[in-house]
Amino acid sequence: MAVQYLAANRFGLGRRFDDPAMGDPKDWLIRQIGDYDPAPAAIADLAGREAIATAYAEYRDERQAMRREAKNAEMRDDDGNAVEAMRRMSRAGFRRHYGEAASARLAAAVATPTPFAERLVHFWSNHFAISADKQTVVGFAGNYENDAIRPHVMGKFSDLLSAAVHHPAMLLFLDQAQSFGPDSPFAARVRNRGKRQAPGLNENLAREIMELHTLGVRAGYTQADVTNFAKALTGLTVAGIGRGAGQRLMPADTRPGETVFVDRLHQPGALTILGKRYDQPGGRQAEAVLRDLAVHPATARHVATKLARHFTSDEPPAPLVDRLAQDFERTGGDLPSLYRTLIASPEPWTAAPTMFKSPWDWTVSMLRALKTPGLGERQNIAAMFAQLGQPVWRPGSPKGYDDMVATWAGSAALMQRVELASRIAGRIGDRADARQLAPLVLADALTPETSQAIARADSPGQGLAMLFASPAFLRR
Amino acid sequence: MILSRRSIILSGITVAAAGALPGFAYAAAGTPKRLVFVIQRGAADGLATVAPTGDPAFAAARRAMADETAGGAKLDAMFTLHPALAQTAGLYTGKQAHFAHAVATAYRDRSHFDGQNMLEGGGSRPYGRDDGWVGRLLTLLPAPERDAIAIAPAVPLALRGSVQVGTYAPSRLPQADADLIARLTAMYADDPLLHPLWDSAVKTQELASDIGGNNGRNGAELGKLASSLMLPADGARVMMVETGGWDTHSGQRNRLAAQLRGLDQLIGALQTGLGPAWNDTLVIVATEFGRTVEVNGTGGTDHGTASTAMLLGGGLAMGGKVSADWPGLGAAARYEGRDLKPTRNLESVIASAVAHHYALDPKRVMTTLYPDA
Repeated sequence: MAVQYLAANRFGLGRRFDDPAMGDPKDWLIRQIGDYDPAPAAIADLAGREAIATAYAEYRDERQAMRREAKNAEMRDDDGNAVEAMRRMSRAGFRRHYGEAASARLAAAVATPTPFAERLVHFWSNHFAISADKQTVVGFAGNYENDAIRPHVMGKFSDLLSAAVHHPAMLLFLDQAQSFGPDSPFAARVRNRGKRQAPGLNENLAREIMELHTLGVRAGYTQADVTNFAKALTGLTVAGIGRGAGQRLMPADTRPGETVFVDRLHQPGALTILGKRYDQPGGRQAEAVLRDLAVHPATARHVATKLARHFTSDEPPAPLVDRLAQDFERTGGDLPSLYRTLIASPEPWTAAPTMFKSPWDWTVSMLRALKTPGLGERQNIAAMFAQLGQPVWRPGSPKGYDDMVATWAGSAALMQRVELASRIAGRIGDRADARQLAPLVLADALTPETSQAIARADSPGQGLAMLFASPAFLRR
Repeated sequence: MILSRRSIILSGITVAAAGALPGFAYAAAGTPKRLVFVIQRGAADGLATVAPTGDPAFAAARRAMADETAGGAKLDAMFTLHPALAQTAGLYTGKQAHFAHAVATAYRDRSHFDGQNMLEGGGSRPYGRDDGWVGRLLTLLPAPERDAIAIAPAVPLALRGSVQVGTYAPSRLPQADADLIARLTAMYADDPLLHPLWDSAVKTQELASDIGGNNGRNGAELGKLASSLMLPADGARVMMVETGGWDTHSGQRNRLAAQLRGLDQLIGALQTGLGPAWNDTLVIVATEFGRTVEVNGTGGTDHGTASTAMLLGGGLAMGGKVSADWPGLGAAARYEGRDLKPTRNLESVIASAVAHHYALDPKRVMTTLYPDA
């Protein structure tokens, strides 16, 4: 089997043009667990939570002010256009954080000396997916991956879960920031005034944690478990983003964009979830539930299945899933232990490259192969991935992107890859020799047919496009 | 193949002969029948789309959101259409729209992903099938009517099956040159996965080249794009259009209105774009499940059970009607005390509409589309 190609592409993100020889593929992968740097240079200069939250609040306030103006001064058409232009400019202010973070993510992936670890960052980021379809989430999307995911991919699953759930991007994406205990002191006060509908519960985050992040769908929990977990989560919110009365209850010293627990929003009292009673006060109640969910046998199996699928095929081999699930249960969700088990298992190494690279994987592996930057400096990275069908941090649902061959192997998607490869080859094809690059990039997956097709291309650029569109390079 | 089909249709023989034959033979001979399946991903709120304003419990359950439907078209004594669906209301008046209410697939839990899998796959349990009901329908249609395409970057589950279908995602990248395309065709020739994908991509690119800059972003553009792919004599006959954004957990009022406006324009653009072919077109709009009867704490609704499906087109069996065995919205009448109770299978709504549309035997359609039922 093409073990060199599999190590570089199935476990990694493709060979870099300047990578030193890999040596033993398994040693190379295991070394990366220790060498992993959670804060690579490419993401170091990105804005922090407070700056992002402030930019969003400014956008929101400006928009409100503009609406008021537009209402007050019966505006003529041309003035209306001016309002629209101002709105676009203002929106650009907080969208900038998304664009910059997406570019930094790509730069980090192209440069990384630990591509296996980087793949795991992408894997977990997709497992705990947020989607920047919501305006409140847009600016935070990159910060979510960098602050909540990166620091924990070499730690315990429970810490990763907790960091993901507590990040503002997740709280805003799954409506937690505005979910209030129906019997919380805050709701009771609103009710007593009798003027308007008391704020209440939103079970979105609770449901998706159980269904997607931990136990997995159909794992035996009931609607009552979801509702009770949602109650346990109340009080957890984000400062300086949401409007409404909840914001006035924030402690005075909170900074915008900070995750806070506000006791007055929390549903008081003990709750039963999955047959277990939780009577901890305040925020400790949800923490206790999260801790139990993180080590539940169903969680072990759910995570094992997803990990096994990612590194083998649509239908992950049962022995591999069992092995990973047992490892998870034995270690209480120690992630490096899972990775070692995965590397030591025969299954990921025995199948030929069958997984169809996602647009992200394919683009990163292409750019890693090139000495001359493949994209122009003014390339809009976020727009490019949207065009390729996998917008960064925007899977459109909390499930994240599906990890199946059929998800990415579409006819339009294939044409778009060919078009992008063709465009890059047109830019820099005369500065890269595809005939020399092919043995490095495709390694032991290079077939005589592909080699010959590249050699017979009518130009160096066409040869390069054919390398990146070759059947082997499209797979991992 | 494209050329030969065009010449058959242009010769008028098939069309004229088909017109003279009734029933089953009509479909078998090859007709200009078109089918569009619009999926609403995210569980569209059927209670706001076709609001049971005549149900005494409705206003109380929806509280401040009950006036979402103010100004909408009165469909009958019980139901009011959401005001954003203005063009659809016109179709209803012209007996070209039918709404099936309180419908649900066999799915009874509240996970989008399982729910969509059941809606598309048509199985009796989530992930029970790896082909879809539209894909299986294609096997019942004569070859010229099997040309199916999805406006999506990959084939959605509903269209998967034994018949090869295409996908089209509008592209703003410059097109690859013809020589590279030819060389890749040779390179993919022996690859069982890439060969059919590439074949379909190349054909679609040729077919869609005249819509150029249309990015299909809003409903009207998407409808225009869909009709432009379906209108030509050698165009697609079966189409799937994906719409997302129906998961209105918070701030439902504005978001849902915008979504429905987009859907309304999509349908309007389809009708306009298809012209006379609209009379031979069936549009099915459906979602994986509905939303809670009660409004949640954040001006939205959570995952529920039964919802509404829409049938639109020029030749409906029951145009200008809302069909519902209305269960009522009172607390005791609800499913698990919280959701609109399903009183009819969405599967049978779809199967009977499709059977009528193609003049096929309803039983055979049912067992083909929903073999596990």
